Amino acid sequence: MGIGVIKNKCTGCGICFKICQYGAIEMIEESHTLENGKEVGRLAVIDLGKCTLCNECIKPCPTNAIELKAETHKFEGKENYKDVMVFAEQRRDELEGAAFELVGKGRELADKLEVNLYALLLGKNPKDKPEKLIASGVDKVIVVSDDSLFNFLPEPYTNILIDIIKKYKPSIFLAPSTTQGRALLSRTAATIYTGLTADCTGLDVDSDGNLLQTRPAFGGSIKARILTPNMRPQMATVRPKVFKPLGEDPDRKGEVIEEKVAADLLKSTTTFEKWIKDTTSAISIDDADIIISGGRGLGCSDNFKILFELAEILGGAVGASRPTVDEGWIPYSHQVGQTGKTVGPKLYMAVGISGAIQHLEGMRSSDFIVAINKDPEAPIFKVADVGIIGDLFEVIPVLKEKLKRAVNV
Amino acid sequence: MKIIVCIKQVPDPEHAKMDEKSGTVVREGVELMVNPFDLYAVEEGLRLKEKMGGEVVVISMGPPQAEKALREVIGMGVDKGILLTSRDFAGADTWATSYTLAKACEKVGEYDLIICGKQAIDGDTAQVGPGIAAQLGIPQMTFVRKIDEISEDKIKAERLVEDGYEVISSPLPLLLTVVKEINEPRLPTLRGRLNAKKAIITKWGPEDINAEKDKIGMNGSPTMVDEIYTPDLSKNGKIFTSDQLGEAAEEIIKKQKEMGLI
Repeated sequence: MGIGVIKNKCTGCGICFKICQYGAIEMIEESHTLENGKEVGRLAVIDLGKCTLCNECIKPCPTNAIELKAETHKFEGKENYKDVMVFAEQRRDELEGAAFELVGKGRELADKLEVNLYALLLGKNPKDKPEKLIASGVDKVIVVSDDSLFNFLPEPYTNILIDIIKKYKPSIFLAPSTTQGRALLSRTAATIYTGLTADCTGLDVDSDGNLLQTRPAFGGSIKARILTPNMRPQMATVRPKVFKPLGEDPDRKGEVIEEKVAADLLKSTTTFEKWIKDTTSAISIDDADIIISGGRGLGCSDNFKILFELAEILGGAVGASRPTVDEGWIPYSHQVGQTGKTVGPKLYMAVGISGAIQHLEGMRSSDFIVAINKDPEAPIFKVADVGIIGDLFEVIPVLKEKLKRAVNV
Repeated sequence: MKIIVCIKQVPDPEHAKMDEKSGTVVREGVELMVNPFDLYAVEEGLRLKEKMGGEVVVISMGPPQAEKALREVIGMGVDKGILLTSRDFAGADTWATSYTLAKACEKVGEYDLIICGKQAIDGDTAQVGPGIAAQLGIPQMTFVRKIDEISEDKIKAERLVEDGYEVISSPLPLLLTVVKEINEPRLPTLRGRLNAKKAIITKWGPEDINAEKDKIGMNGSPTMVDEIYTPDLSKNGKIFTSDQLGEAAEEIIKKQKEMGLI
């Protein structure tokens, strides 16, 4: 394992120096000869005391002069892991939309690999949900039912998942990157020693059956492609609202497998006491297709009312920038950005938000961005598909009427 | 009560801005800071210590320069800082990081509570907290926004979920990850700063925590970064003024229809 600069390839261009976020690369004056015989006077040197082996400098080097080597693990019986399995996530025994999105993507991957697509359904009462999953593209639904599985608790869910993985040996296991999906897969991957990639926005497979996992990092300012080359299953959480469900075909055939699990797997150290519904808005920003977010431009807490009205008309949720939450104008659960939530709805409307980098990094993966701001120089306009320069208190009422008419047609 | 808090030093996003031409995020100089979510974890640890007595031990894994992050939280009132630093730790993914931190927690020993921030703002994975809990075989409570009750041997807390919050109770020891809503972190005091300057930071390598060599750092990581690229996200969108609201609205409505939102 190690990182180093290949001296006769480094032209001293300094690109790596600019990229390194840890200040681990220094440019020194040192004349040396390149492979092609050319003499150059500058050389990149990596300070191993600062380098975190984050990998960011490797690809951008125009002459491939930085080398990173790791020894890889052997995993016994890798070839026995074949199928694709998705976690059909539920909240209080209701299937989540994200489950069908994963089925859509999982179907595509399973077809490419020519393997089965499984769904794992944990809950109290499966009712007609296995059939729905089959109609949506699943080949085999594994059902584990118990009254105690009505609410998510990390330990029993993890125990069951590990049991199922051992028995069915999927090559790929996907769950939504929700609070539940992240808690469950982190605990599982840590226990069985396999790779887990968080919050993927792109998934594909190569000819060797490797899952190519693309995910944003640093709040979306960079994207990374991650592989789990040796361990199985290759686990990933997937950002909701990115992939599309296939739609139901009632004629699709599939199999429902009821699995009984040993009673001690259902034991939990933690106890679920109760769930309190968020009553500040009908739709949470995690689930919304449309988010109307307010910033400091609103001026005070009361003015969020304007946004809630607009959100109700459009069927969206209300988001907020960090300063408004810090001022106490709106609860933290609405905060979009690096210290709040990362969202990617179809339509994001930023009202009176200037667009600090922390905010942009929490919403710039939205499909369509509308920005309304007085200041024509506001950075938010850079990421906007539609920008409106103007006073929000004049713009929003007019816009509201026009959009209302369109919705009601 | 012995409380361990795990923190990470991350690049400061305030020193990043969007490059107007390329639309990519560029960083100006190198500024590192304590991951903001970890400050809530440190603050919660300090508040619990004030209430229950005991000590707060902070652990960080990173290059030698991460010592600065530990000094910063010692300034807030933390009793002890431990830096896990070695070339062999470098390049760790979330699995190897969880393993290493769990080994360090075992070495510290006799903890009642381990607190982490909900995620680090560089990777945004939220995987290391639950990973540590799994490695140690203790229960976890993620995205905690409030501790309702705590005693020497049990805890009741609220965790933030997509559609509200859940109240969970558990015996100790337990690992918590916390969200911003839980508290307002204190600033270092003058006296704290002096303590921070004088404090001796314990440094542990793989042998000190009995870590297996093939489970740490890049070699121990099941995942590998295949490629990193900087997406261009500048949109060159249409800009309207307040006397063109009709056209702006039409543009939005057209798109809403296209996306099936109307």
